[in-house]
Amino acid sequence: MKGALGGPLQPIGFHDGAHAMKHRTFFWFILPTLSAMILFIALPIVSVFIQSLFVQHEQVLVVSESCGPFGCVEETQVDTEATAKLREEQPLGRFNGLATYFDRSHLASAEIAEVWHASTGLSSFIDGIMDLKFYKALVFTLTYTFVVTPLVLIFGLAVAVGVNNLPKAFRGVAIFISLLPFLVATIVGSMILSWMVDGEGIIGATLQNIFNDPSLSIKASTPLMWIMLMVYGVWHTLPFAFITFYAGLQTVPKDTLEAARVDGANKWQTMINVVVPHLMPLVSFVTLMLLMDNFRVFEPLVSFQAEAHAQSLSTFIVSDLREAGNPLYASASATSMLTILGVVILLTPVLIRTWRDFNAKAH
Amino acid sequence: MFLKKAALAGAVASLMGSAAFAADCGPSGKSVRILGSDFPAIQVVAGAAEANCAANAGEFTINLRDNTRDMMNQALTPNPAEYTSVIVANSTLTQLMNDGLVRPLDEYVAKYGQHLKPSQLITIGGNVMAVAFMANSQHLYSRTDVLEQAGVEGIPATVEEVVAAAEKIRAAGIMEHPIVMNMKVGWNVGEIFNLFFFANGGELFKPGSAEPNVNSPEGIAALGTIKSLLEYAHPDHLSHASNETQGLWEAGKAAMAIMWGSRGGAVLDDEGSSDEVTSNTVLSAAPTAGGGSTPAATLWWDGVTVAKNIPDEDAEATFAALVSGLTPDLMEEHNDKAIWLIEGFQPGPAAAGVSATAAAGAKPYPMIPFINLMHNALGSELVDFYKGDESAEDALADVEAAYRTSAKEAGFLQ
Repeated sequence: MKGALGGPLQPIGFHDGAHAMKHRTFFWFILPTLSAMILFIALPIVSVFIQSLFVQHEQVLVVSESCGPFGCVEETQVDTEATAKLREEQPLGRFNGLATYFDRSHLASAEIAEVWHASTGLSSFIDGIMDLKFYKALVFTLTYTFVVTPLVLIFGLAVAVGVNNLPKAFRGVAIFISLLPFLVATIVGSMILSWMVDGEGIIGATLQNIFNDPSLSIKASTPLMWIMLMVYGVWHTLPFAFITFYAGLQTVPKDTLEAARVDGANKWQTMINVVVPHLMPLVSFVTLMLLMDNFRVFEPLVSFQAEAHAQSLSTFIVSDLREAGNPLYASASATSMLTILGVVILLTPVLIRTWRDFNAKAH
Repeated sequence: MFLKKAALAGAVASLMGSAAFAADCGPSGKSVRILGSDFPAIQVVAGAAEANCAANAGEFTINLRDNTRDMMNQALTPNPAEYTSVIVANSTLTQLMNDGLVRPLDEYVAKYGQHLKPSQLITIGGNVMAVAFMANSQHLYSRTDVLEQAGVEGIPATVEEVVAAAEKIRAAGIMEHPIVMNMKVGWNVGEIFNLFFFANGGELFKPGSAEPNVNSPEGIAALGTIKSLLEYAHPDHLSHASNETQGLWEAGKAAMAIMWGSRGGAVLDDEGSSDEVTSNTVLSAAPTAGGGSTPAATLWWDGVTVAKNIPDEDAEATFAALVSGLTPDLMEEHNDKAIWLIEGFQPGPAAAGVSATAAAGAKPYPMIPFINLMHNALGSELVDFYKGDESAEDALADVEAAYRTSAKEAGFLQ
């Protein structure tokens, strides 16, 4: 089957076609994809960027008496007519330039300068920085990304090799079981685990009993909460790496493996020198996906009710937009742009590497 | 087919006749679309409006759900609006009025509201903007059997007495963490601060301005009071909201709680708990703090509004339908589901806490346009203090800085 489809088609698609395809043909070929990407990805990003440059109009306030079941008080109200008039004149709001990016909720340039002048040493400077929510969230997000990503790569490969070495009869069941964590919706899986580790849940209460400490609580301790979030992150994304590597393992050439065995390489040496290099393009792909996803970690933070211990840029965007009566669009937009910037910075080394490999192969 | 449908409609109409005749539902054939939060008292009020006036209306829909505050402004902004009425509370009326999305109700009150008490009318700048039907506040829940067993006399009335009682319960080995309170990071953390800040005599804003005023001696006193309670609170308190605290209470895992009055009915009923817990649970006024006389609570009301961006006749029919249910009959039938503000309400055991708290002079939750921004700043910036990572002064300075940042963006501060 594979030979019939993949074999004869490959030369046309990859050798003659790509190099010989005329620019005009290529243009018509990708036009649908390109226009969808411009319409649904590029333009919204531009609009978010524009939104991040404007803040709301000055609110016109009036003081009036308000009365209810609990008596009367003088209270401030918004003069909606006057405010609506301002809004009509400038629908986007007041131009604020890049100031939102540098305010206290984001890069906090003024606050950092202040901390720098006030700090007495490195540790007091770091304490001061950690008091700013953007940097606090960034530290968690980066730690999460750089702990979860390599662990998922390593364990994913290990599980894939393990399953690949099983007798054929058991493989189907093993694949299904290994995929389960991925099939459970993030929000459901983390909710279940969150209830289990609760002080009143089966794991939480058992831990309290074992250590005989009724104050021991995963949800009350920042380090324990971080560990739990990362363990959950590894558990949940492992199947993605596993199934990709498992598919890759099916394409390792038998001849090369045999040659390695004839040369006297043991299993471990074969793994490191033959299998892993063969899978490298897949490793780059999985790394790209994991870096992107992990940097935007969101659902586990909500389900574990971890707000006290861990926040990410994504939770800030949601809370700014849900600021009930006063959604902070500029702040949310600025955080979105900074998230995109963060993802780009994270991906650059992997992309450069992939580009170099590609060029090396092409020449 | 048509005849069958007509006959069916006739049968339904005659079945509902008894109720429909009693109520004046305003212009007929209009559209009534109600949005509200999903809890028992609102189910009762919306249900009564439907029973009375659905036959008179051309369209009658009710949507009760969670987190209505996050979508009500968007729902009322288009013209015609998605709903003709939103059932609001103090804070959500403010957020609708900030955007000018609700209409004055004076003419409808004159026409359909003869049975309403004057104190039910929420009047702002001389216009009736909402009609309140129930009150709510936080207050103290106590387990008399546990207090007695630990040698505590009577029900604690001040925070200092609550803390002393908790210490006795812990010392007697009955419970390690006898106190529960809603301390979930975010809205609840902000609200708990409000309670004890008001009890200590604080004002959130400098008079007549949007300038923050929480980094003050009252603010520091409030945080000290809260910390003294948290010493005895369940270790997971930073993830506890109403559902979690009610669950712990009903499971018999707490002896004193600061919870919402609206949970009283559900705590005292015969579901979800044991007789030992329910028969010994007493609801009383919120405790006072720091030698003051103001209970640590905020008073809330829930009431009906009518949307601005809808045809006038739909608005009239909506108002008539909703107030048709706010009668002594409805209240008698559902006495324990809410602390009703309707004429002739007799508070039962489930309402005792809110009634006592209001009588002792608790403050209403402020209806100020920028209160949401302050509440959110409190909810996120005080967490470092509760975790023990920061001093009270630093945490309150952070609150003011965070509030200033968002108030500037929202146009309330320059």
